Amino acid sequence: MVNAGDMNGSGNLMDFLDEPFPDVGTYEDFHTIDWLREKSRDTDRHRKITSKSKESIWEFIKSLLDAWSGWVVMLLIGLLAGTLAGVIDLAVDWMTDLKEGVCLSAFWYSHEQCCWTSNETTFDDRDKCPQWQKWSELLVSQSEGASAYILNYFLYITWALCFAFLAVSLVRVFAPYACGSGIPEIKTILSGFIIRGYLGKWTLLIKTVTLVLVVSSGLSLGKEGPLVHVACCCGNFFSSLFSKYSKNEGKRREVLSAAAAAGVSVAFGAPIGGVLFSLEEVSYYFPLKTLWRSFFAALVAAFTLRSINPFGNSRLVLFYVEYHTPWYMAELFPFILLGVFGGLWGTLFIRCNIAWCRRRKTTRLGKYPVLEVIVITAITAIIAYPNPYTRRSTSELISELFNDCGALESSQLCDYINDPNMTRPVDDIPDRPAGPGVYSAMWQLALALVFKIVITIFTFGMKIPSGLFIPSMAVGAMAGRMVGIGVEQLAYHHHDWIIFRNWCRPGADCVTPGLYAMVGAAACLGGVTRMTVSLVVIMFELTGGLEYIVPLMAAAVTSKWVADAFGKEGIYEAHIHLNGYPFLDVKDEFTHRTLATDVMRPRRGEAPLSVLTQDSMTVEDVETLIKETDYNGFPVVVSKDSERLIGFAQRRELILAIKNARQRQDGVVSNSIVYFTEDPPELPPNSPHPLKLRRILNLSPFTVTDHTPMETVVDIFRKLGLRQCLVTRSGRLLGIITKKDVLRHMAQMANQDPESIMFN
Amino acid sequence: LFPQAPRMFAQSSWPSASSVLLLVLLGCVLCPPAQASKSSEDIRCKCICPPYRNISGHIYNKNVSQKDCNCLHVVEPMPVPGNDVEAYCLLCECKYEERSTTTIKVIIIIYLSVVGALLLYMAFLVLVDPLIRKADPYTQPLHNEEDSEDTRSLATVPAPAGARANTMLERVEGAQQRWKRQVQEQRKTVFDRHKMLS
Repeated sequence: MVNAGDMNGSGNLMDFLDEPFPDVGTYEDFHTIDWLREKSRDTDRHRKITSKSKESIWEFIKSLLDAWSGWVVMLLIGLLAGTLAGVIDLAVDWMTDLKEGVCLSAFWYSHEQCCWTSNETTFDDRDKCPQWQKWSELLVSQSEGASAYILNYFLYITWALCFAFLAVSLVRVFAPYACGSGIPEIKTILSGFIIRGYLGKWTLLIKTVTLVLVVSSGLSLGKEGPLVHVACCCGNFFSSLFSKYSKNEGKRREVLSAAAAAGVSVAFGAPIGGVLFSLEEVSYYFPLKTLWRSFFAALVAAFTLRSINPFGNSRLVLFYVEYHTPWYMAELFPFILLGVFGGLWGTLFIRCNIAWCRRRKTTRLGKYPVLEVIVITAITAIIAYPNPYTRRSTSELISELFNDCGALESSQLCDYINDPNMTRPVDDIPDRPAGPGVYSAMWQLALALVFKIVITIFTFGMKIPSGLFIPSMAVGAMAGRMVGIGVEQLAYHHHDWIIFRNWCRPGADCVTPGLYAMVGAAACLGGVTRMTVSLVVIMFELTGGLEYIVPLMAAAVTSKWVADAFGKEGIYEAHIHLNGYPFLDVKDEFTHRTLATDVMRPRRGEAPLSVLTQDSMTVEDVETLIKETDYNGFPVVVSKDSERLIGFAQRRELILAIKNARQRQDGVVSNSIVYFTEDPPELPPNSPHPLKLRRILNLSPFTVTDHTPMETVVDIFRKLGLRQCLVTRSGRLLGIITKKDVLRHMAQMANQDPESIMFN
Repeated sequence: LFPQAPRMFAQSSWPSASSVLLLVLLGCVLCPPAQASKSSEDIRCKCICPPYRNISGHIYNKNVSQKDCNCLHVVEPMPVPGNDVEAYCLLCECKYEERSTTTIKVIIIIYLSVVGALLLYMAFLVLVDPLIRKADPYTQPLHNEEDSEDTRSLATVPAPAGARANTMLERVEGAQQRWKRQVQEQRKTVFDRHKMLS
């Protein structure tokens, strides 16, 4: 490896090509950070800047810039996240329609954009325009008939396979970390875990590009979870430009929390919902300062997306609803039923998906990721094409299900029998009897519902970017719409029943099936992710009105109760457990009566604790100790006889310090004494130069006594973000408890496999 | 803050140059919506009129500004006689919509070029690179000989510059090798050992 400093005249510009030196204070991959140390380093930095700011005007300006750098980072994150979301939306719009046909006047227009200026004013032909042609029309000049259908079918499947294969190849070749949803890993990272490369630039690029490809290929997945990952990658990128955040892992996680809020904000057009989602689901520590900054980032992102205007009507989401018809108290009963359905579906999905993912992890199925993606895409495309509700993209399906039927809707779902004498405005159509189109739409929806429920279980977790907000909402919307149409027809045909008589006169618009679809979507999403407040806020920001808060809350609460009755974990916590990430959940309660002695290492019968002594070990002894063991740190005691604790030294810093000392300092050899005190110990003459390592010693390690209940220990680990905790009795060092030991103990107490906790 | 500028590059890797370029391109995406000019193709007023008596339902489109976006300006020719116009227009619902065709064109073309570039690089990495690596140990001494002959014959490129070009190539090579190792590590973690991301 060529050393940059030795090259003359190469300049600093080429320095980025060289490997960065690891310096003292950075963390290794797959390790946990020390929150307390990061916090104290940030306080030191701030104090230094404040004291220097009084010296000169330039220093004062630097201190102001340092204070504002947080807001600048938020602004940049909002801009980039909004831009990327706009790019993704537009590209998905175009590529989804590419499976069915192409616009001849300008190939970059989707179907709707192509026919925007068409002069077809008759209602039946409004979706047809001469510029847009399906593939069968283009290739064999036939638009109707069996051969055209088969050709369209075949090309649809081909395009879907093409997109999916390209996506999984890009992920495999360039950025393997870009697969999956991203939210479980981001939760773990925000709790203090280091995964190098997970929020890197290549991951950002590949995730954005492949997200468009997989959503366009018609697979049953969404883009909301991956958008959170994309936004966090943007957050990581911008925070590495400012030393305040790049050198401090604790501060960086504040920025990442805010970036996650920006990600949800552009996914749903819901800035407040995004902040609450970041607070409830993703973040670990969420100080009030982060709340305000997250809101700023979410607003900037939403505003940027709005200025790009991907959907042509200044809305941020495809399925924005604009009606405000009232709902009635008696409708709470079907809403609660939808909540129960949501909870049951959530439980079913989590259990089946985790079982399938576990099979993928442990059996031969996991050896063929590319083949798996291709097979699932083929199955999805083959089954989805014949049913018009699954042929189109899931967002369009949700949009159609959420929207109320106006007088001029052409979809089969709105094929009601109209009264020819009716003269009511568009948004106050009374309840009408269902025509034959509605009945066929109902059984098509039922088939689509079953298909979506089954295929999403196999799709989520594949080696492509996949989210599950949109599929869950689609399942709920389909169920809700079916229930809504059922209630509507019941109210129309039996308006003299007691329950309908009070609030539903004939000729009035009582039941809005679109509202039932919304409530169903909220219920299913809540059942899977176990979101509470953030779900309701996201849904009411989607609908633009406060009228529907009560039904949404009723459904969300019911679905959470029902789902919690079967299992405590949401889908993201379940995936964290499946992968064995060292995530200490703040929501779990530890109620067992074990003590610190039961958990600490070394146990009875194990080798004694590996310690360093204050001033009686040589460099060679220390190196041997480091080589023979793989512990992350060593306690430092006064001497082997009196095991009184002095401090704690990290393995990585010992290695670096000894390596530096051997290279730089004169006279340090293998026989040099290593000392951690202020003054060197008494040494016989002619002994080699001793090595002072006090600066890497943590003089304030956390200690508990051996009789401390584990409840308190777990609380300490959670609230302070510790990595390890030393156990003493009457001042003598007994043992050590690490975060991994705590997690294993909790798993053991919950009768899970304690060996499933991996990493360090 | 500003002394961080060289550090900014020192801690990144080679692909950061391409991603910074991407950011600049994406910044251009924000420029078209900021422009005030709207071509006639980009705005429209859409009026949906339901069936009325014996007139079937119609959709009317017209390029008018937002203040003219109502039934009276857009619905032409009016299908009902003068005294019925008000009743008919009460039923119609008019919406103003705008879009930016330049944004759509720019974004789609940028996206396709990024995908194309990634495809080419992927083809290079998967197909061409292993062949080059295999041929390396045999052609290396030949290559050096040719290089030095070239610099002697040309006599315009001074020797230090030739040495610098080599080291820059070397450094690009080194950065690329490091990135490939990182991706290989990630691939092993995710695809082979299934340690992360199930």
